[in-house]
Amino acid sequence: MIELDQVSYGYGDTALFSQLSLSLAPGSFHFLTGPSGAGKTTLLRLCYADLQAMAGRVRLFGHNAAHLDRDAVALARRRIGVVHQDCQFLDHLSIAENIALPLTVADRAHEADGNLQELLSWVGLGPQAAQLPPQLSGGERQRAALARAVIMSPDVIIADEPTGNVDAEMSQRLLTLLVELNKMGKAVLIATHDLAMIRSMKADVNARVLRLKDGHLTQAGADL
Amino acid sequence: MKALLELFVGDPQADRAVPPTGMTARLTVFVAAVMAFLAIISLALSGSAGRVADRWADELAQSSTLRLPSDGAQADALLVSALEVLQTTPGVQRVRALSPDEQQALLEPWFGPDLPLDTLPIPQLIEIIADDDGYDAEGLRARLAAQVPGAVLDDHTSWRAPLLAAASRVRLIGWAVILLIAAVIAAMITLAAQASLAANAQVIRVLRLVGARDVYIARAFVRRFTLRAGLGAVGGVIIGLLALQLMPDSDGVGGLITNIGFVGVGWIWPLLIPPLSAIVAFVATRRAAFARLREQT
Repeated sequence: MIELDQVSYGYGDTALFSQLSLSLAPGSFHFLTGPSGAGKTTLLRLCYADLQAMAGRVRLFGHNAAHLDRDAVALARRRIGVVHQDCQFLDHLSIAENIALPLTVADRAHEADGNLQELLSWVGLGPQAAQLPPQLSGGERQRAALARAVIMSPDVIIADEPTGNVDAEMSQRLLTLLVELNKMGKAVLIATHDLAMIRSMKADVNARVLRLKDGHLTQAGADL
Repeated sequence: MKALLELFVGDPQADRAVPPTGMTARLTVFVAAVMAFLAIISLALSGSAGRVADRWADELAQSSTLRLPSDGAQADALLVSALEVLQTTPGVQRVRALSPDEQQALLEPWFGPDLPLDTLPIPQLIEIIADDDGYDAEGLRARLAAQVPGAVLDDHTSWRAPLLAAASRVRLIGWAVILLIAAVIAAMITLAAQASLAANAQVIRVLRLVGARDVYIARAFVRRFTLRAGLGAVGGVIIGLLALQLMPDSDGVGGLITNIGFVGVGWIWPLLIPPLSAIVAFVATRRAAFARLREQT
C-alpha cells in the first residue's frame, strides 16, 4: 500500500537518510525506532506525502506520490490515519468535532454519529467530548488523536510516538486497538522510543522492528 | 446549481472548520457597505444628470426658432410670409410669434427690465414646435431664403450636440465609477481573504492532514466572504437609498441637483448591486484562496 523505494531526504545540505526502502503491505505491523533526530518523523511524513522525497520513489496505493496532484494526495490521506506527535487539532472545535474531522472533510459527517460515540467511550473521552483541545491533558489529546486517526477505518495507520504522554494502562489499551485494527488487515507503522512497549507487544502481534540510525534503516536485532 | 445552493445554504460543519475572524469579517462588511453606498449615489447622480440632459435635448429637439430681420418697414410683411411658410411646412405642428413682452422677458436677464424695446431694432422671433417626426430643416431654410429674405432658422443643433455629449459623458463616468468600485471591492476582499488565509495557516495544515481537498478548504473562506460582501452591500444600498430620500423634491431648474434618484427600470440597479458585490467577492476570494493553497504545502 505504501512503498518507499531507494528514498533520500535531507534538510539543507545535510542528508538525513539516503536510499532507504520500506514497504507497508496490508496486514503488516512495523515499529520504527531510533535515536532522536534520526529522521523517524521525516520518514513518516514521506509515507503520507507531507514531504516529497529528494530522490527515489514513494508509492501510495500504487501511485507515484511525486505525480499525484493535490486532490489525489488528499484522497490518499483519507486512507491513511495519522497520529501526530503534537496531535494537530483545531483548537476552536470540540474534541468530538476534531475526532470527526476526517469524516467531515470527506463529506461523510452523517456516518460519524454511531462511530464517534463508540470511539469516544473506547478511548475514555466520553465526558470530555464537548471540551476544547487546550482543555485536555497530553494523554487525553493523544487518545483523541488516535481516535481521529482510526475513525475513517483507514487502510494504513501511522503513529508518531502515540503513547508518549499516556500512562501504562492507557498505552496498553491504545496498542491493543492498533493490534485489533491490524488483525482486520490494516497496515500499522508506529514510531517510538519505548522499547519496553515493543517488547510487550511482540507476543500479541507479528511485528517487524526497524531501526533508523545514521541514515540507514535496519532490522532491529536480538536486543529487542 | 449545486455549487450555488451550497454557497447560500452552506455546510455548518464545514463552515465551523475555519474559525471566525472578527476583524476581517467586520472590515469586509464595512467596505462592501461603503462601496455599495458610493455605487448607489454615483448611479443616481449619473442617471439624474443624464435624464436632465436628455430632457433638455428632447425639448430643444422639438422646438426651434425663426429669427426675422428687424426691418421696420417690411417687418409685418415678413412675419406674415414667414408664418405662411411655416404653417405649410410638413412636420411643423405649431408656430407662434413671440409678443414684445415675451421678447423683452428674454432680454431682461442681460439688459434689465426697463429696456425700450420699441426703440431698438430687435428682430422678431417665431417659436416653431415640430411634431414627433420633425421637419426638413434644410428644405425649410431653402424656402425661407426664397420667400422670407434675411430669416434665420435656428433648429438648436448647436445647443443639442454638447448636451447629448454631456449626457453621454456623465453616463460613461457613472460606469467608470461603478467599475472602479467593483475593482476596489475585489482588491479589499482579496486582501482581507489573504489575511484570513494567512491567519489560518495552521487550520489549513490540519485540514490537509486529515484529507481535506483544496476545494473544501477554499469553500469555507469563499462562502464566508461572499456572504459578508453581499450583506454589507445590502446595508450600503439601504443607506444610500435613504440618503437619496433626504434630497428635497423640486421641479424646474433645480431638478438637476434635487431630483436625484432612480426611475423606471433604473430601480434594477439597487437590486443588482448586492448580488454583483457578492459575485465580485466570490471571484476575488476564490482566486486568493486557491493561490494561497497552492503556495502552502
